[in-house]
Amino acid sequence: MLLIHCPYCEHDRSELEFRWAGEAHIARPETIAEISDEAFAEYFFLRDNDKGVTYERWRHIHGCGRFFNAARDTVSDRFLMTYKAGLPKQPVADVAATEQTIETYEQTEGDAR
Amino acid sequence: MSGSPNNLGAFRIKGAGRLTPARTARFTFDGKSYTAMEGDTVASALLAHGVHLVGRSFKYHRPRGILSAGPEEPNALLDVARDSARRQPNVRATVQEVFDGAKIASQNRWPSLAFDVGAVNNLLSPFFAAGFYYKTFMWPREAWSKLYEPIIRRAAGLGVAPKEEDPDHYANRFAHCDVLIAGAGVAGLTAALSAAATGAEVILVDEQPEVGGALHFDASTMIDGQNGYDWAQATAAKLAAMPNVRILTRTTVFGYYNHGFLGLAERVTDHLARPGRDLPRERLWQVRAKRVILATGAIERHMVFANNDRPGIMLASAARTFLNHHGVTVGRKVGVYTAHDSAYEAAFDLKRAGVTIAAIVDSRAKPGEAVVAEAKRLGIEVLTGHAVLDTSGRLRISSMKVARIGSTDSRKIAVDALIVSAGWTPSVHLFSQSRGKLRYDEAQQRFLPDIYAQDCVSVGACNGTDEIAALIDEAAAAGGGTVAIGGESRFAWTGGMIGAAEGAGPDTTVKAFVDFQHDVTAKDIRLAVREGMHSIEHIKRFTTNGMASDQGKLSNMHGLAIAAEMLDRPLPTVGLTTFRAPYTPVTYGTLVSHSRGDLFDPARQTPMHALQAAAGAAFEDVGNWKRAWYFPRRGEDMAVAVNRECRTVREVAGVFDASTLGKIEVVGPDAAKFLNLLYTNAWDTLKPGKSRYGIMTREDGFVYDDGVVGRLAEDRFHVTTTTGGAPRVLHHMEDYLQTEFPDLKVWLTSTTEQWAVIAVQGPKAREIIAPLVEGLDLSNEAFPHMSVAECTVMGVPARLFRMSFTGELGFEVNVPADYGAAVWTAIRERTEALGGCLYGTEAMHVLRAEKGYIIVGQDTDGTVTPDDAGLGWAVSKKKTDFVGIRGLKRPDLMRDGRKQLVGLLTNRPSDVLEEGAQIVADPNQPKPMTMLGHVTSAYWSENCGRSIAMALVAGGRARIGQTLYVPMQDRTIAVEVTDTVFFDKEGGRIHG
Ligand SMILES: [Zn+2]
Repeated sequence: MLLIHCPYCEHDRSELEFRWAGEAHIARPETIAEISDEAFAEYFFLRDNDKGVTYERWRHIHGCGRFFNAARDTVSDRFLMTYKAGLPKQPVADVAATEQTIETYEQTEGDAR
Repeated sequence: MSGSPNNLGAFRIKGAGRLTPARTARFTFDGKSYTAMEGDTVASALLAHGVHLVGRSFKYHRPRGILSAGPEEPNALLDVARDSARRQPNVRATVQEVFDGAKIASQNRWPSLAFDVGAVNNLLSPFFAAGFYYKTFMWPREAWSKLYEPIIRRAAGLGVAPKEEDPDHYANRFAHCDVLIAGAGVAGLTAALSAAATGAEVILVDEQPEVGGALHFDASTMIDGQNGYDWAQATAAKLAAMPNVRILTRTTVFGYYNHGFLGLAERVTDHLARPGRDLPRERLWQVRAKRVILATGAIERHMVFANNDRPGIMLASAARTFLNHHGVTVGRKVGVYTAHDSAYEAAFDLKRAGVTIAAIVDSRAKPGEAVVAEAKRLGIEVLTGHAVLDTSGRLRISSMKVARIGSTDSRKIAVDALIVSAGWTPSVHLFSQSRGKLRYDEAQQRFLPDIYAQDCVSVGACNGTDEIAALIDEAAAAGGGTVAIGGESRFAWTGGMIGAAEGAGPDTTVKAFVDFQHDVTAKDIRLAVREGMHSIEHIKRFTTNGMASDQGKLSNMHGLAIAAEMLDRPLPTVGLTTFRAPYTPVTYGTLVSHSRGDLFDPARQTPMHALQAAAGAAFEDVGNWKRAWYFPRRGEDMAVAVNRECRTVREVAGVFDASTLGKIEVVGPDAAKFLNLLYTNAWDTLKPGKSRYGIMTREDGFVYDDGVVGRLAEDRFHVTTTTGGAPRVLHHMEDYLQTEFPDLKVWLTSTTEQWAVIAVQGPKAREIIAPLVEGLDLSNEAFPHMSVAECTVMGVPARLFRMSFTGELGFEVNVPADYGAAVWTAIRERTEALGGCLYGTEAMHVLRAEKGYIIVGQDTDGTVTPDDAGLGWAVSKKKTDFVGIRGLKRPDLMRDGRKQLVGLLTNRPSDVLEEGAQIVADPNQPKPMTMLGHVTSAYWSENCGRSIAMALVAGGRARIGQTLYVPMQDRTIAVEVTDTVFFDKEGGRIHG
């Protein structure tokens, strides 16, 4: 069970209190009614689903109720940082340098073949 | 060997062991009565009476005995019962402590353990080779459910689950600590002393009944000048007295999850003869630890040779545990087959206890010099460079066939037990679960912790640190404090091997077992490689090696070595399978804890629930809610009751509990602007005191939810949602408010449970409520359809909606939940006095369908646009933005021929269609037929005097008037496509 830091409550709380809410930093186009089919597909349907550091939204649904952003390593499940909604994408290079991505056998098996 | 209550077993060694003879317990095994000593495991108690045969193997039904003395046990899985309900299958005899009155039975045999019909599988074993399940039972598919599966389950099943409800209860605790230490052997105890000295909050966990770990069997190690086991108990007492230390014994750390989160299963009462009723059987601990110290030790491996599975063959360390801890010898004339020095110490202990050691057969040319010298001193024959090629004995080993390696000259040595050791496998399971990465230690042929993924450290044997002084230093350092402990072992151990031993190599066809629990032999693993499995993950699945409930604690390394040899590749490149939680099996009861029965999925009840139950309501589940379904009167079945309720509502009036509808209070200067963005409708044009039916779409343009929204003031809206949709609609609204439109001044509050909602529907609705409503003119002119007002009802502050989900004159009375029952009772009395009745959700469904009102989630399914549902009028053409505005313009959502909601009337009025039934244009078209859509709602309508239905049909509205067909299993039903309003098409009644 993950331990997640809510940037509004400023506390580490159990994953049970949170709900994942999809990839972060995807802004709804201001003139959404006018955008092309391609631009709409890009906005609504397509997600990067990166392996490694990913930016995603979480909501402290059973706490303060606020949505916020998080940078998480999908391989180790480690949270590199969380920050308030509306802030620009925060770099994690400094944090990542001290973290070593741990890959289990099953995750590397595909690469090895 | 059994019988008298005072007979503690012929294989007890006087003066040996740590149990107290004065405290005994009686138990039965396969109906026969035995006496044990308190502290015995089922395994040690049976061995004390000379019972080695305890089970039949999984696939071949081979006789099996007790292989280990710990949780790694793959063979001795028994059924342990207190009574008929308190019975658990697949209990490891080496873990379960004997309690007075235990009823224990062997498994997987019929008709008896000594004579088992299934053993014919052993003779048929060529047919049961690796991959057998996959190959044999491929075809025909129908035979799977009828023939193969039941037979496999009966023949191969281990144990039978109890049928009665579990009468025990289970507990659940959360805990936080600075340091959690898994394992309380020398390393764990030392680390605990060190960590506790720093003032840290420490939780020390061990799966055995008492601390000590390997000191249970290792009687020669001295610590701080005393016997190691005694030091361990004294140390535990010292730790237990410290306020910052908690020691949990009989507790297994079964899972090491993310961010220092660990799952522990504490066995509270399984060892007690008469547990107090207040005690939980087991307790789940969910611990968040800042740091974890793994001191999980190592597990001894067996030797892989022909017929290495006979009862009487066991791990050397197990034999040592039974002798030194339980005071039981595993035989009178014991053979030793080893590739590691540790087995010698077992032989020494047995010899000193008066047991004959037939010979130590060592596959190595050069064992450790010290142990060989000691063997010589004790007069034990040591055969170095020799192998045990085979064993004999039907239900128990009677002899071993021994030869010099490379020679064909063999001799038979009579034994009644054979103890084996191929060396030790570090227990890296929890480290691996924590997502740490292992490295291969080539010299010692073992995997060791390398890169840590969490704040965790491994100490002692699980880290490859075996020498006692180094182990103590490592553990003390890990604890972070300073402790001075002196340890001394008698012998430094050397040796070890993995893979098949002499006589079980690639050129042989013998049964040399690698995985006892799943009956996997060295030959099976080689076959898997020959058939093209090159990854250990594939070999594991093909052979099922390591896939039993013991997770291959003994077999993984042997299997890997055999596969690597066949593949002619270095062992680490073949890979190690990933270890998964749980480390050992955990009962469902522990995981479920209190979440069972009424607490499994808590039911939500409205304030009028009890009144409706008293009125005889049948309830249905809608989400977590209990909703009154219908109110049968004496002699009525459901159909009769629903027909009466439907008729009464339209003729007189009915009262309905609508409290479960989701309610959200939307408040603030930008409230209308916000709702404009979230709904397809326009809200700025809605005047205070009015309400409107609203549709919410997702960004993709599909209907997400619907409901009536009342505007109470310029800056205040009372939003209703579907019963099931309330939480996700609020989440959806919050998402947009917080992240897309954060500048809007709007506040959202869930008020679903604040209001009791009483719907009064029917021609006499006004007459019913008028005397109860204060300060409001209810006339058509003053309070027309879709009005909303704040007023008082029976003196209670209320919100009154004039609205209808039946097509009749209707009101919905919202009063604070605490007043719901009182207002409900008053309205009900007036209604019944005027000839009306209570009605439930079934009648509500029929009445709304008669009017063509949709239910989101029943008549829509997440691929339906407002226009598809015939609600295009609710989509504002003037707004420049709302959630879904762009999605609705996607080409596929605008094309002709989309499925549209229409009405269906069966040619025979009495035919009621089945919801979900498919619709076709040509019933004679050969299969596969072109399906045009499906029935979404279908009912008998008492008010229409016939059946009615709604359906989603491709190009539906253009087909109105056409005849389509609904093919059913036994007949085809012809239907006419109509619009969706079946009753009061003009819609006058609603304004009555
Ligand atoms: Zn929070």
